[in-house]
Amino acid sequence: MSRERSFNMIRTVVSMLVAILVAFVIILLVSDQPVESIKIFLVMPFSSGSYLGNIVETAVPLIFSGLAMAVMFKANLFNLGGEGIFFIAGAVGSFVAIWPKFPSVLAPLAAIVVGALVGMVVMMVPGGLKAKYGANEMVTSLMMNNILLGVGLYLLNNALRDPTVASLVSYKYRKKALLATIVPGTRIHAGFLIAIACAVLVYLFMYKSKWGYEIRMTGNNAKFASYSGINVAKVILVVHMVAGAIAGAGGIIECIGLHKRFEWTALPGYGFDGAMIAMLAGNNPLGVIGAAFFVSYLRVGADLVNRSSDIPTEMIAILQSIIILLISAERFLHKYKQRWIEKGEKK
Amino acid sequence: MENYLLEMKDISKIYGNGIVANEIVNFNLKKGEVHALVGENGAGKSTLMKILFGMEAPSSGTITLRGEPVRFSSSKDAIAHGIGMVHQHFMLVESFTAAQNIILGMEPKKGFSVNEEEAVRFTEEISKKYNLEVDAKAVTRTLPVGIKQKIEILKALARGAEILILDEPTAVLTPQETDQLFEELTNLKEQGHTIVFISHKIPEIKKISDRITVMRAGKTVGCRNTADVTEKEISSMIMGCEMDTTITRTPCKKGEVGIAVDKVSYTDKNGVEVLKDFSFSVRQGMVFGIAGVQGNGQVELIDLMTKKRSLKNGDIRLGGASIEKMKIQDIRKTQFGYVPEDRIEQGIAGHESIEENMISNRYSTKEFCNKILLNYKKIAEFAKKNIESYEIRCSGGRHPVGMLSGGNMQKVVVARECSHEPKVLIAEQPTRGVDVGAAHIIHKKIMELRDDGCAVLLVSADLSEVLKLSDVVAVMYEGEIVAFFDQTEGLNEEKLGLFMLGLERHEEEQIRRAVQ
Amino acid sequence: MNAFMRLIFTSDFFYSIFRVTTPLLFASMGAVLSDIAGVPNIALEGMMLIAAFAGMYFSYVFGSAFLGLLCAILFAVAAAGVMAFFTLYYKTNIILGGIAINSLASGGTVFFLYLAAHDKGTSVSLPSKVLPNINIPIIGDIPIIGPVISGHNVLTYVAVIAVIFTWYLLKKTPLGYHLRAVGEKKEAADSVGISVIKTQTIALLLSGLMCGFGGAFMSMGYVSWFSRDMVSGRGWIALAAEAMGMQHPLGTAATSLLFGVADALSNAVATLGWPSDLVKTIPYCATLAGLAIFSVRAYKKSKNV
Repeated sequence: MSRERSFNMIRTVVSMLVAILVAFVIILLVSDQPVESIKIFLVMPFSSGSYLGNIVETAVPLIFSGLAMAVMFKANLFNLGGEGIFFIAGAVGSFVAIWPKFPSVLAPLAAIVVGALVGMVVMMVPGGLKAKYGANEMVTSLMMNNILLGVGLYLLNNALRDPTVASLVSYKYRKKALLATIVPGTRIHAGFLIAIACAVLVYLFMYKSKWGYEIRMTGNNAKFASYSGINVAKVILVVHMVAGAIAGAGGIIECIGLHKRFEWTALPGYGFDGAMIAMLAGNNPLGVIGAAFFVSYLRVGADLVNRSSDIPTEMIAILQSIIILLISAERFLHKYKQRWIEKGEKK
Repeated sequence: MENYLLEMKDISKIYGNGIVANEIVNFNLKKGEVHALVGENGAGKSTLMKILFGMEAPSSGTITLRGEPVRFSSSKDAIAHGIGMVHQHFMLVESFTAAQNIILGMEPKKGFSVNEEEAVRFTEEISKKYNLEVDAKAVTRTLPVGIKQKIEILKALARGAEILILDEPTAVLTPQETDQLFEELTNLKEQGHTIVFISHKIPEIKKISDRITVMRAGKTVGCRNTADVTEKEISSMIMGCEMDTTITRTPCKKGEVGIAVDKVSYTDKNGVEVLKDFSFSVRQGMVFGIAGVQGNGQVELIDLMTKKRSLKNGDIRLGGASIEKMKIQDIRKTQFGYVPEDRIEQGIAGHESIEENMISNRYSTKEFCNKILLNYKKIAEFAKKNIESYEIRCSGGRHPVGMLSGGNMQKVVVARECSHEPKVLIAEQPTRGVDVGAAHIIHKKIMELRDDGCAVLLVSADLSEVLKLSDVVAVMYEGEIVAFFDQTEGLNEEKLGLFMLGLERHEEEQIRRAVQ
Repeated sequence: MNAFMRLIFTSDFFYSIFRVTTPLLFASMGAVLSDIAGVPNIALEGMMLIAAFAGMYFSYVFGSAFLGLLCAILFAVAAAGVMAFFTLYYKTNIILGGIAINSLASGGTVFFLYLAAHDKGTSVSLPSKVLPNINIPIIGDIPIIGPVISGHNVLTYVAVIAVIFTWYLLKKTPLGYHLRAVGEKKEAADSVGISVIKTQTIALLLSGLMCGFGGAFMSMGYVSWFSRDMVSGRGWIALAAEAMGMQHPLGTAATSLLFGVADALSNAVATLGWPSDLVKTIPYCATLAGLAIFSVRAYKKSKNV
């Protein structure tokens, strides 16, 4: 048993190493100064306070999307709607951050609450369709992403847009609506603390509360859950609402924490990132924090490489898919596992 | 040294999850014999045959066929060497016709297309040759179990099988269908085929086989000529030591009506009337056994009682309350227990721990939950108590249920369903695929509940189980009760078999006594 | 409203329905072929994207539309091969494997687009080739119907053939029998020596082949360049069409056509000055609504037993 679990950890670490190795290969093939680039990729993110700050601030939205996906996966739901939720919650939350004159602490709070509510309500569409009628949540949520993008852009073009700026961005948020910077000299904002708190809360919710129990049993075997008297339809809806709220909060926090105005004109891509982070973390909410930091480290590294040697940051997408494929590959390293377990058996 | 057609030597098999299924097993076949492979559930018979049929690779050991060493990496290899297998769970594509199933993988062609006419002709030809009658054009889904089995046997023969492995072929048959199968097997034997017959029913083995190999706990115990051993001797070889599995039965103390099924009719989505005006009742303190061949409406009846299907005609009352307006969640709030037919599909969450599986029907009660948080300390204590009382073999309450053996898994299910003093218990095939020791514990627990005044409904295809536990027995045939016995004394399997096949039927008045 | 009607009842509009349905037909046949063998391919989107990029790039490199098409197919099938390798041999969850391929396609094509064209948006700076349109001799001259049916890109006609091919393959050929048997009961197939893994690999590769055609059409027919995420959800719409067509090739083709109409509509009304951000969501709304209605009906049917 413990061998089974430690083996999964080893496999995760090996997958991460393979991903980094692939990054080396790509850099070797594409870069004019490969050795230098690899050094930049691996070491430079740790070289200065401001780069370290970049890692932390990049990790914040990843933690939120990772948490949302971990809750979904734990319930055996494959909903990739996080993308759209991030976007629409950011857009709608921006109204609260631009116009109402709330006092300082209340202002960001109001925006976050609105963002979370938007996420919750929007997720009820695929959630409700799945819970009541069994509609495939992956297809519906992906359709929702495109619809939400259209709606969000419509809001941006027709209500939020700052006409004094040439590019398509919203009015600036009110100063009081922004999240405070918590580490001077970096852009690390209070959203980071909220993300950590959120991860702890989700952990308690999933592993200590009766709702978490219902979700895990449903995810493991829905027929069993329903036979046991758990209201599976309700669980599916609750999971969607919780995940929607987390993703929604993540969307607006990213806006008022980092961007100072709404400036997304395409889906930010956090939905798929969340899927990978949740998998890296084995769907454990506390593990999501670590996984988000790992991905964010890769990002910052890739970004730095991009600045010095013209390798597009989309390299990360290639690494990401390799990680997903390897971590979820049950038979990856299977031979070693078999040998290891047989050894354990003989003891 | 005798000349064997097949010899398997020192075979062992360790699965990826560490379970040792076979340990130094030896098995051989002579040409033209019926060889019985016996042992209780979990003794390793199926694993051994899967190795022979190329579905599993042995961890060590050798296989010699017709004097040549062989190694099968897939069932395709085994088939090519003239080995055929009829699995316990049929390997048939339900939406295909009989002919399509038989020619699958060796389709006759006309251009790029499958030659359907040739397929039908071929099926009819071999069906006649081996005297196994099937309708080539019938869609498999619509056929009865006995015919499906014939299709399976034909499938193997059509591929040139000389060695035919039958895995518990009689488990799904009535005594009369079994007799017919035995005739067919004898016929095949006379045509020169060699048959491996897996079973744990000793009288059948005596009747059909020439030799017997007994397995116990993953090892071969021995190989004998059937004529040289008595049923008693086989039995003690299977068990190892004599195990007392008799149940002491106290006189039935009938109480209130616990389960009442009143004029229930049900039509399934194919328009077939699966239950016809079905009525019976179970009083507290008794076990009501329902016997019948699978697929005569038992599943639908229980689905209606547990709200997996919605009740349209008639009424069902559990513990006095009508369930018409209830959901399964509401029924679960009453003192209700249900041991489902398929434990892996319904009864457990395999990746979760024994502890968490043990409380799924009452996790939100005051006992384990303070409205929001679960009390894991109490849950662990509760699980520990049950692990001891049900003798569940595991490393502790945190052990994932999916890693347990079938018998121990079922004990977890039964422990959960029986440990909150239910007033109503539905037990659906409670010991199918469970080893004798576990089955005995489960039987004892069910009888304890009965003695404490629980109304128990037992639905089982295992007639010996029905006869052992029940106070009264009803036989189900084509959605109706066709026989009702108010005591089990003097009742035997053959007698039940006649009713199960619809050959006999009690008077209406007698059947009406099922409502008590 | 009148302007709207005048827009709809034209040969141009009906012509455009076939044009926009083409990639949906390919993708939905890809969905049917894989799903019927029990390996739901949710990476149709990514495979088409990869094919679209490969088609554009190699037609530019070789200066030949045909070689571009060939490479598009090759790359899509290769992507399907990667997916098959991981999901069937390494036992990666098929859904997660699909997510990975989609993510690989979405980021990877931009990565290579940047290396090739130094642009992360479109490939217009690369002079790539386009597959030819075909005028059908006699039918093309029939008024009203002629302009609707004739003059399409060669791949539009191939799409129709693909539907017939899929139907014939599944219903009539030994391979079709094997695919269906593996999808319905893989133990049954295995018990007669049909390799489940091999059959499912074939299913995924065929699915990739369909995506290869569909993707090539996007960058070498529908338009003449590649742009990031240009498949924009067509792979997912195809999955919805396949679910609603109950895995039947012809039913699925019919539903695809329905979604094609929604797509054509959104293109057509864009000229009416309606808010373009919202008009662009019409195909997705239609798919969502279609899937919802389908699910509700299926649910009611199962309830009314």
